Amino acid sequence: MIYIDEEFCKGCRICSEFCPTGVLGVSTTLNSKGYYPPVVEQAYECHGCRLCELLCPEFAIFIVNEWLDEQAG
Amino acid sequence: MLKGLIDPEFFEAFTSGEADESQHLPVYGTRDPLLGLCPSEVEEESGPAHHRLLRYLRKEVLPTTFCVGCGGGTVLNTFAHAIDEMHIDPREIVCVTGIGCSSWIPSPYFLCDTLHTTHGRAIAFACGVKVMRPDMKVIIIAGDGDLAGIGGNHLIHAARRNLDLSVFLVNNFIYGMTGGQVSPTTPFGTRTTTTPYLNLEHPFKIADVVAAAGGSYVARWTTYHVFQLMESMQNAINKKGFSFVEIISQCPVSYGKMTGTSDPVTLLKQLRDASIHVDDTDGMSEEDLEGKFVVGKLVERQRAEFGDGLRQLISERRESISAELDRGLRQDTSALETGR
Amino acid sequence: MNRPAENIELTDLYLAGLAEQEHFIQGDEAAALGAIFAGCTFFGGYPITPASEIAEVMARELPNVGGYYVQFEDELASISAVIGAAWAGARAMTATSGPGFSLMQENIGYACMTETPCVIINVQRSGPSTGQATLPAQGDVMQARWGTHGDHEIIALAPSSAQEAFDLVIRCFNLAEEYRTPVILLMDGEIGHLRERVILPDPRTVEQTQRRKAREGEDVFGGAIVPPMTEFGDGGFVHVTGSTHKEDGLRDVQTQSVHDRLVRRLVAKIEQAREEIALVDVDSEEGAEVGVLAYGATARPAKGAVLRARSEGRSVSFCRPVTIWPFPISRIQEASRGLRQLLVPEMNLGQLAREVERFVDCEVVPLSKIGGVVHSSQEIHAAIVEATDSC
Ligand SMILES: Cc1ncc(C[n+]2csc(CCOP(=O)(O)OP(=O)(O)O)c2C)c(N)n1
Ligand code: SF4
Ligand code: SF4
Ligand code: SF4
Ligand SMILES: [Mg+2]
Repeated sequence: MIYIDEEFCKGCRICSEFCPTGVLGVSTTLNSKGYYPPVVEQAYECHGCRLCELLCPEFAIFIVNEWLDEQAG
Repeated sequence: MLKGLIDPEFFEAFTSGEADESQHLPVYGTRDPLLGLCPSEVEEESGPAHHRLLRYLRKEVLPTTFCVGCGGGTVLNTFAHAIDEMHIDPREIVCVTGIGCSSWIPSPYFLCDTLHTTHGRAIAFACGVKVMRPDMKVIIIAGDGDLAGIGGNHLIHAARRNLDLSVFLVNNFIYGMTGGQVSPTTPFGTRTTTTPYLNLEHPFKIADVVAAAGGSYVARWTTYHVFQLMESMQNAINKKGFSFVEIISQCPVSYGKMTGTSDPVTLLKQLRDASIHVDDTDGMSEEDLEGKFVVGKLVERQRAEFGDGLRQLISERRESISAELDRGLRQDTSALETGR
Repeated sequence: MNRPAENIELTDLYLAGLAEQEHFIQGDEAAALGAIFAGCTFFGGYPITPASEIAEVMARELPNVGGYYVQFEDELASISAVIGAAWAGARAMTATSGPGFSLMQENIGYACMTETPCVIINVQRSGPSTGQATLPAQGDVMQARWGTHGDHEIIALAPSSAQEAFDLVIRCFNLAEEYRTPVILLMDGEIGHLRERVILPDPRTVEQTQRRKAREGEDVFGGAIVPPMTEFGDGGFVHVTGSTHKEDGLRDVQTQSVHDRLVRRLVAKIEQAREEIALVDVDSEEGAEVGVLAYGATARPAKGAVLRARSEGRSVSFCRPVTIWPFPISRIQEASRGLRQLLVPEMNLGQLAREVERFVDCEVVPLSKIGGVVHSSQEIHAAIVEATDSC
């Protein structure tokens, strides 16, 4: 499950550009600070690698992987 | 704040130290208890979610003041992940920083004891902290100008002395905070605000300098290599002795604007494409490596740690004093017999 | 740092043993022993004449009492580590002379701004620059006061004997803790290298002002004129910064009122304690029209000259400020009441004389001497004779 904290996002596009499977796109609507946050375009392609989560400079995108979490638990 | 995602009560308990330790679970383990609810419930409960690692940050100063796409934010993010995964209680961490954008990574953002010092002196301050508190993790995060420029002397001497510190140098090749002046790591021939006719000086390969000065663990990564960087940070923190990670980072605003592009994505791709793993450099000449970033672990060695030496000395001295007193060599301590 | 009880006992036994020995030592050594008796647990330093002996004694004695000595790469690092150690619970000190003192100035300001208790010994030598490196001077009076940038107050004490060097270092540590501020022992090279008999006290009678620790929820950077402190590892997630900060320690460098409130409090906390900190050795004579004010090494020939003049039937007052900063205004005013002329011999071109002039009603006559030689008693006596004769 991909979470996006739109208000923390500064619209740098790092997450969407570096997602290895092209899950993320860029929103067409601005957040309240005037940035374009990412949007999930192809959720089913996400394999939960968390690259977007770690690359984001603003703690604005993160993954909660229930399935993985359950496996680990 | 999203209800249930970060339980305010637990956050309070966590920061005041009353939280049940067992509730502090790793990121990649079972579902974080701070999330409380499963995602579907989360969505029902309220609007946008906040990152679970915000509990490691001083929330009152967020969002950060970093420019759009600044690598500093990525370093902070990676650092928080590293600490979380290591199960280190933030109360056992002291972050020491200097002056510059990179110095803002732990201070004020990371929620631990933070000592935000003067320009260049972070390592020196940290020496005092670590000598007195060997039980705490003392971590220095600062920039290339700070640690390699004005504070370069402290850096090499700390590596030589081998006190158990972890230094994360964020190398963005520029004096970012002051608006883009040349730094000791700016590549030869680069235009900056103070080298308007191109840089005539040669840069430090600062991780190599520290390795030569005696660092116990020395690595280099970029802000693109977040997973390797996270692991490297953990190794550095775990390593007894002076450990050093050079983190090559993008500064889209002060460096990017002078060097062609302010687009963080392009800059990050440049870092990715210019990197070469140290294991793949066999047989490559200096010319072959020109303009490349050799990433990976450069050095790991075992040397006596300075703090251990100090404590060993104290215990030896005190034992011999104690023995001397017992032998009555200083028997005339009658003044003390009245008791305190 | 909490020392275990048996450590204190062993330390006391060891120090009691030291106290029973005869000590014919230099002012530098006495100052170092003073720090040991004051409970100093961390010394960071860099060698420099005429202060190196302090580092040498600290290196020898600190391990004996469970403390840490580190020789750093320079004075910038030394003062930095001292401040870091203080936040980690140490009673911390460094020692240097003019050139090193200059290097420390930025971080002395940091210690003022972050309210870090620490002690800096400056054994003054002749400057500017490397000047007469091995010769004494009193040229850093104003550097001690205004060396770091920005508005601030500082505490500085000047010993006139080796014994006083010992006693005053202890007082420096206590003032540092009481007012949460850096304190300077402004010694001069003459006292630093002067060898005298020094009597060490029973270690248990040495007063050690303990650091007042913040209770949970108490502000560490405001809320009281001298706020309580917290230390690293206390779990308070303290944020220490030399930038302008609010009461909770978090940076606010834009709001005028925040800076105003902070810096005015930092100044006021020393200002309001001026009388308490003031130590002045006054030896006034009823009806005297001429007085001599001297401090540090200069006070010794000055006192000799005054006594000789008195033996010749001249009426002369004497006054020796031990506290240099904050300047003991009312005590000096009192001591100079009724005087027509106040002679101020000092080993600089009138640094303290100018300060004295601001506050006293009589004429202030600087008797400046530079070049690395202390005033002779005869010189000062001649000046007294001239002044009293012209009265
Ligand atoms: C003694 C001193 N000199 C100069 C400055 C001004 N100054 C502030 S930040 C900085 C450069 C910081 O560069 P770096 O450490 O690379 O950090 P960055 O902003 O690039 O992350 C300078 C020169 C200062 N604060 N103090
Ligand atoms: S977790 Fe990986 S695959 Fe999924 S969106 Fe993020 S970067 Fe893409
Ligand atoms: S990386 Fe973070 S800040 Fe940048 S666009 Fe994605 S969510 Fe926004
Ligand atoms: S100036 Fe550069 S280093 Fe500083 S915050 Fe902006 S992008 Fe980051
Ligand atoms: Mg930089």
